[in-house]
Amino acid sequence: MTHPVWTDAILALRLLRIDPIGLGGIWLRAGFGPPRDRFVAALGAGRRLTCHMSDEALLGGLDITATLANGQPSYAKGLLSDPERLILSSAERASRHLAALLAKTLDRRAGHCLIALDEGIEDEAPPPALTDRLAFHLSFDGLGAKDCPDTPLDPVDARLADIDDDAVRALTAVSLKLGIASLRAPLFAARAARAHGALHGRDVTTDEDLEAAIRLTLVPRATVLPQDPPEPAPPEEPETPHDTQTSETKPPEDQLLEAALAALPPDILKRLAPTQRLNRAVGASAQGALKKGTTRGRPLPSRPGRANSRDRIDLIATLRAAAPWQPLRRGNAPRGSLHVRPGDIHLRRSQSRSDRLLIFAVDASGSAAFNRLAEAKGAVELLLAEAYASRDHVALISYNKEGAEVLLPPTRSLVRTKRHLAQLPGGGATPLAAGLKEALHMAVAARHKGFQPALVLIADGRANIDLSGKADRTNALADALKTARGNRMLSVPAVVIDMSKRPEPQLSELAKALDARYAPMPFADAHHLSDVVSAELA
Amino acid sequence: MTQPFPFAAIVGQDEMKTALILTAIDPKIGGVLVFGDRGTGKSTAVRALAALLPPIEAVEGCPCNSAAVADCPDWTGITKGKLVKRPTPVVDLPLGATEDRVTGALDIERALTKGEKAFEAGLLARANRGYLYIDEANLLEDHIVDLLLDVAQSGENVVEREGLSIRHPARFVLVGSGNPEEGELRPQLLDRFGLSVEVSSPTDIDQRIEVVRRRDAYETQTAAFMKKWRAADTRLRKKILTARAALPDLETPDDTLRDCAALCIALGADGLRGELTLLKAARAHAAFGGKPAVTRDDLRAVAPSALRHRLRRDPLDEAGSSARVAKAIDDVLA
Repeated sequence: MTHPVWTDAILALRLLRIDPIGLGGIWLRAGFGPPRDRFVAALGAGRRLTCHMSDEALLGGLDITATLANGQPSYAKGLLSDPERLILSSAERASRHLAALLAKTLDRRAGHCLIALDEGIEDEAPPPALTDRLAFHLSFDGLGAKDCPDTPLDPVDARLADIDDDAVRALTAVSLKLGIASLRAPLFAARAARAHGALHGRDVTTDEDLEAAIRLTLVPRATVLPQDPPEPAPPEEPETPHDTQTSETKPPEDQLLEAALAALPPDILKRLAPTQRLNRAVGASAQGALKKGTTRGRPLPSRPGRANSRDRIDLIATLRAAAPWQPLRRGNAPRGSLHVRPGDIHLRRSQSRSDRLLIFAVDASGSAAFNRLAEAKGAVELLLAEAYASRDHVALISYNKEGAEVLLPPTRSLVRTKRHLAQLPGGGATPLAAGLKEALHMAVAARHKGFQPALVLIADGRANIDLSGKADRTNALADALKTARGNRMLSVPAVVIDMSKRPEPQLSELAKALDARYAPMPFADAHHLSDVVSAELA
Repeated sequence: MTQPFPFAAIVGQDEMKTALILTAIDPKIGGVLVFGDRGTGKSTAVRALAALLPPIEAVEGCPCNSAAVADCPDWTGITKGKLVKRPTPVVDLPLGATEDRVTGALDIERALTKGEKAFEAGLLARANRGYLYIDEANLLEDHIVDLLLDVAQSGENVVEREGLSIRHPARFVLVGSGNPEEGELRPQLLDRFGLSVEVSSPTDIDQRIEVVRRRDAYETQTAAFMKKWRAADTRLRKKILTARAALPDLETPDDTLRDCAALCIALGADGLRGELTLLKAARAHAAFGGKPAVTRDDLRAVAPSALRHRLRRDPLDEAGSSARVAKAIDDVLA
């Protein structure tokens, strides 16, 4: 049986064929497997890109190897030079630089369109600068092979259908209702509706086209889903010319939205909102700052390598490598020419310090939780405000009876922090082990992205919930200590801040297990905290 | 290259448009920073401005757009040449651009093929006498930011590398944009921007519809759309030119200076750059409005964008800088 998501995916492909420039492309989130394979097969030809192509490969430029061989400049064409369909695999790994390049290519409107294949798991996602420019956002999560029958795409050659003002108004209203800020979204919706109309041989878009457009372009971008009891009274609508529907009291955008949502299976609807929240959170934070390389930082000895635009050639080292061979290479050639072969080329290398990530794990249990969280939040904001000089990113995890929760994913933005930490949960028991585990988990993930993680554990009192979620003091302590000892291998620098009224021996024991400094601070406030953290982990 | 969207056809976002126009009238105001949500027309506005600006006269073939042959740096080897009209340069500084591309570097092509030691000019040279546009300025790498700060301060790009010793003028209006949710801008760089504006997507449905409508028309019926807006763009260009010409003769009453200082003191803005920018922006605003002298209305109009990024930030303060500036304006200019 064909899954509705698959049908929509094929529809998106058809629409993109009709209007590649106006629609920009498709962002497909799908793991490796038959659905993704069949989609790629349906895509047809296109220019394959990976995330690690050099600027030179993408944009073209002087082909150094050929130039050296021929003794005259020869130029290579870039992969982005010709307008065609671009297929980027592992799009979740795309750097901001690549995203900026591709975004610029799409903005040129020269005829490119982009299919971003995203195999990301959890919080990985392509940079939002890129996905915002792609009309269709698809996710094959939960699709199996049998859901996706091979579907041949017949060539289409159609003129975009016209769209009237009321339709544009309805699409814009729906996008607002779904909480979509970007103005590209309604624009894409209008283009998708026009292409959809064209696909069905219409001259002017109908409600059916609008519904499809909403489903394909707006619903996946939704940040809020309309609740069943809609807002009291919608702002006064100018009289609508929909004479056939005069009996209905709802404005046209609501009808359209309902119809569009009705076409989606309920489980997908349920999934939508959280995914979106994730996507919003991610893009901004997932980008690490891994910058090992050849352009900045402390210089290292040069190494042989291939010339490209990303790395800097170490001319002196290159010439030094070429020098001994000159008489041999010169052969009968006249003196005065220099013979440098590609193998001589040396590249500069340097090592740079990666950005730091301070992970705050805050005990949100008990009566003092609110106070403690508020001070931790204050400390986070103070640290961020001062952070630029030391390039710190900050994340905040809280743990209470619910278990551990990431309140603030790694970020350097004060604006984002304020938005995320507007409401702080608190109260309940103390699953110290769970909080610690989450924090170490985040530290490891951050390290993969090139950060230097450091951990700040803010606690008072004893652990009383073990990892399995049971209230058992003995086990709770044992689990916490065991988790803490896990850090011996990870060696994430850490500091344990004890905010209980009287220093708590359990916490100093935990600090020892964690290989961390122990700082008892019964009356800490935000300023104190940020000072201690700067001092201990600097 | 397709034609950029007409500046006059941009819906709403008046503060951003005004700020860009003011720097076009007086480049000494020193750049604009546009911070805000994605898809609000930041890039569109900057690119549109390029098409709006009157062309400059530059020596033919000079990589740094010199105004006269005598100004061409030695390394260009230009000793004579005629002046040609060029569109005001608006150079994109892409994220992840290498230092070589920004400052310029040894021309590898000539070094390898002819064995000559020649300099290949970078983005800074090309942006001279024009605009340098950094999208997502808050994500720019540190070493590029250092470099920009240095050049913006001195107005000159100095390259000392690979056996080259090169200098050339690099005076440009810095235009940056970014989304504050993705990272903060370094305070030193922040201070370099004369004006800063905050944009957000319009919540007014009619305004949003108009955006979609115009953009759709621009994309699908480009020629007709451009024709429709050409006159409005031309009017705007003429108005900018008139304002430029009027700027030197514009009167600045002593009271205005006093107001500028009082505002900056009330807000505790660091340094004197705030007063200077505020004054320049107010003058440009008055000139744009065709007034003979600066008025309090001009100050009121430009103060938020000239000052909001210069306040010493209190991270624990929930109210934003914009609110503080608005309050100070109400208090001081009451």
